[in-house]
Amino acid sequence: MTAAPSASEEPLLRVRGLKVHFPIKRGVLFDRTVGHVQAVDGVDLSIARGSTYGLVGESGCGKSTLGRAILRLEEPTAGEVIFDGTDVASLKGEPLRSMRRRMQMVFQDPLGSLDPRQNVESLLSEPLRAHGLGGGTKGIAEKIRGLLDAVGLPSAALRRYPHEFSGGQRQRIGIARAIALEPDLLIADEPVSALDVSVQAQVLNLLEELQERLGLTYLVIAHDLAVVRHISDVVGVMYLGSLVEQAPADDLYEQPLHPYTRALMSAVPVPDPVVEESRERILLAGDLPSPANPPSGCRFHTRCPWRQETRCDDEVPVLRELAPGRLVSCHWAEEIRDGVLQPKSAEEVAALMGVSVRATGAGPIETDALVQGVDEPVERR
Amino acid sequence: MTSVLGAPVLEVDDLSVTFQRKGEKPTRAVDGVSFSVAPGETVGLVGESGCGKSVTSLAIMGLLPSRGVKVGGSVRLEGQELIGAGSRKLRSLRGAHMAMVFQDPLSSLNPTVQIGTQVTEVLLEHRDMSKAEAAAEAVALLDRVGIPDPRRRLKEYPHQLSGGMRQRALIAMALACSPRLLIADEPTTALDVTIQAQILELLKELVVDTGTALVMITHDLGVVAGLCDRVHVMYSGKIIETADRHELFAQPRQPYTGGLLASVPRLDAGRGTPITPIRGSARDAIPWAEGCAFAPRCDNAQDDCLTEVSGSVVPLEPDGPGRELRCRHPLQYPTAPSGATALGAAR
Repeated sequence: MTAAPSASEEPLLRVRGLKVHFPIKRGVLFDRTVGHVQAVDGVDLSIARGSTYGLVGESGCGKSTLGRAILRLEEPTAGEVIFDGTDVASLKGEPLRSMRRRMQMVFQDPLGSLDPRQNVESLLSEPLRAHGLGGGTKGIAEKIRGLLDAVGLPSAALRRYPHEFSGGQRQRIGIARAIALEPDLLIADEPVSALDVSVQAQVLNLLEELQERLGLTYLVIAHDLAVVRHISDVVGVMYLGSLVEQAPADDLYEQPLHPYTRALMSAVPVPDPVVEESRERILLAGDLPSPANPPSGCRFHTRCPWRQETRCDDEVPVLRELAPGRLVSCHWAEEIRDGVLQPKSAEEVAALMGVSVRATGAGPIETDALVQGVDEPVERR
Repeated sequence: MTSVLGAPVLEVDDLSVTFQRKGEKPTRAVDGVSFSVAPGETVGLVGESGCGKSVTSLAIMGLLPSRGVKVGGSVRLEGQELIGAGSRKLRSLRGAHMAMVFQDPLSSLNPTVQIGTQVTEVLLEHRDMSKAEAAAEAVALLDRVGIPDPRRRLKEYPHQLSGGMRQRALIAMALACSPRLLIADEPTTALDVTIQAQILELLKELVVDTGTALVMITHDLGVVAGLCDRVHVMYSGKIIETADRHELFAQPRQPYTGGLLASVPRLDAGRGTPITPIRGSARDAIPWAEGCAFAPRCDNAQDDCLTEVSGSVVPLEPDGPGRELRCRHPLQYPTAPSGATALGAAR
């Protein structure tokens, strides 16, 4: 659908070394900062015009914070966000406000992100008035009708309120509002995860149709790997605040290079019993470590089935290009790809990390292995 | 529907649940649902929000409020009738003979009570145990579901556990008295995929080891494909298709089932593989009394789907060996299934 970005063309969005750290405060009278949650810790990525970048990862990996930091809804701690040649991270006041017109967001929960006391007409005209667009009352009315038409809602919807719509229709309103200002970049944070399965496809198809018609550039943030594969040209995988792998969508899914990507892929259920029975699951030990106190070296080494004696524990891997367009941050990516290194079972990983391995009960070995955990509760806000 | 696995643990027959508030029109959330589950069998109830799958499970467990709710039909657990049974009897069965795991582990655990107390509570209530024995058993249970360092965890509170760990603790509580029936209502929906894989693997193992009958309630067709032996697809309060999972995914007959499979992006399908949504939303359903509830969204719908025919609703009829179908114009397949023909199998 979208042509491969030519090397000469400047990407629409370039993020360099972006960090977002949230302070952890303690104390009654004086808010002492006792540490930082490193939600996003040094991310580089670029998105070509007219393409879709999919960002995946599990909850707490920082993918939403990254999306919000690009729009300056969170203040970046460090790094650059270069949007069409301008560093958004350093903008203030009016220039920032007018820049925001060009980058819009679609949120996960369409009911929570629409004012329940505004009808659709008012919801859609608000951004136009705020930015002085649309050319007067008559122009705005015409524009809104066009928007409703573009997202497939009847014009009778104008006088109705968000609660009168179904989830899918609400998400259509959210999308109409986001495209009202004719932005260049649309950041969609979990755009379909609150919707029913049969309705998800409608919204995904709408997003694709709009991209084709309006030449939009998308950053789609989602935890559902199948959704991301369906819609993205390039996919980035995040783990504990950093990108661990980035590749063209089909390449990534055909041959994931990073151990975490491999485990993630193998964990996604496929709606086909034949596939399900023949697939090999790479089960990870334990839970996500706390982003306030990330592991040293490679952040994934505490759960990695391919962890090696050297380098993994103390040397931070950098994102490097293994093949054209394929970036991976793993010291041993080549060896893993070529099958030189073999994975350990989750049980072995747990044992290595110093977690007591319980006495083998009645269950078979492989299922025993999966339930061992390196336990570190995930802090939830 | 009783398989070779033995007498069914759970038999649900013509179950219906009607909600009625004073001065309002009654809503029938579950409408004539019948199915059974044998020991060691995993049965899936699949459907989208509002189809009545969760209300079915609450009705089986006797957890629906008594005011404003009318429950009809029959639910038998190992031959004992549960509908209309007294609250004391239900209480003695719940936890001991049947147990349930809910979607959100944080709101199903008491935040002010230590995990250990919550697990031993079940044991002290239903099994003749001293406190010390119960504590030892609780350690064994947490260990069984894969919680590392269970002795320490017993002293912790729910907020100190991660999401996956909390769900494991809930499963441990559900298993405390080796129930014959376990109902899992979207047990992995709130969890990340890598944790989901761990929990599903655990449930699979438990069914094999203990011979528990498992009712899995989910909207995720991927979870069904990997876990369930038999699948019942629900729409607007009724079962509309029943089949073994292999047949269901290879050749869905109800257009709704086919539509669901065609509308899910698949991990193993390439970029841009078209997905076909089902038009409209579940709100567009018509009452079953007026035809097929799915007809307004169905591409196969004909006139007789939208109108009452001979005064009866579309019946759930046998459709080949082990299959049942509620549809007047089902999806058709070539008689000799050479190669994958169905929507679901097209990759």
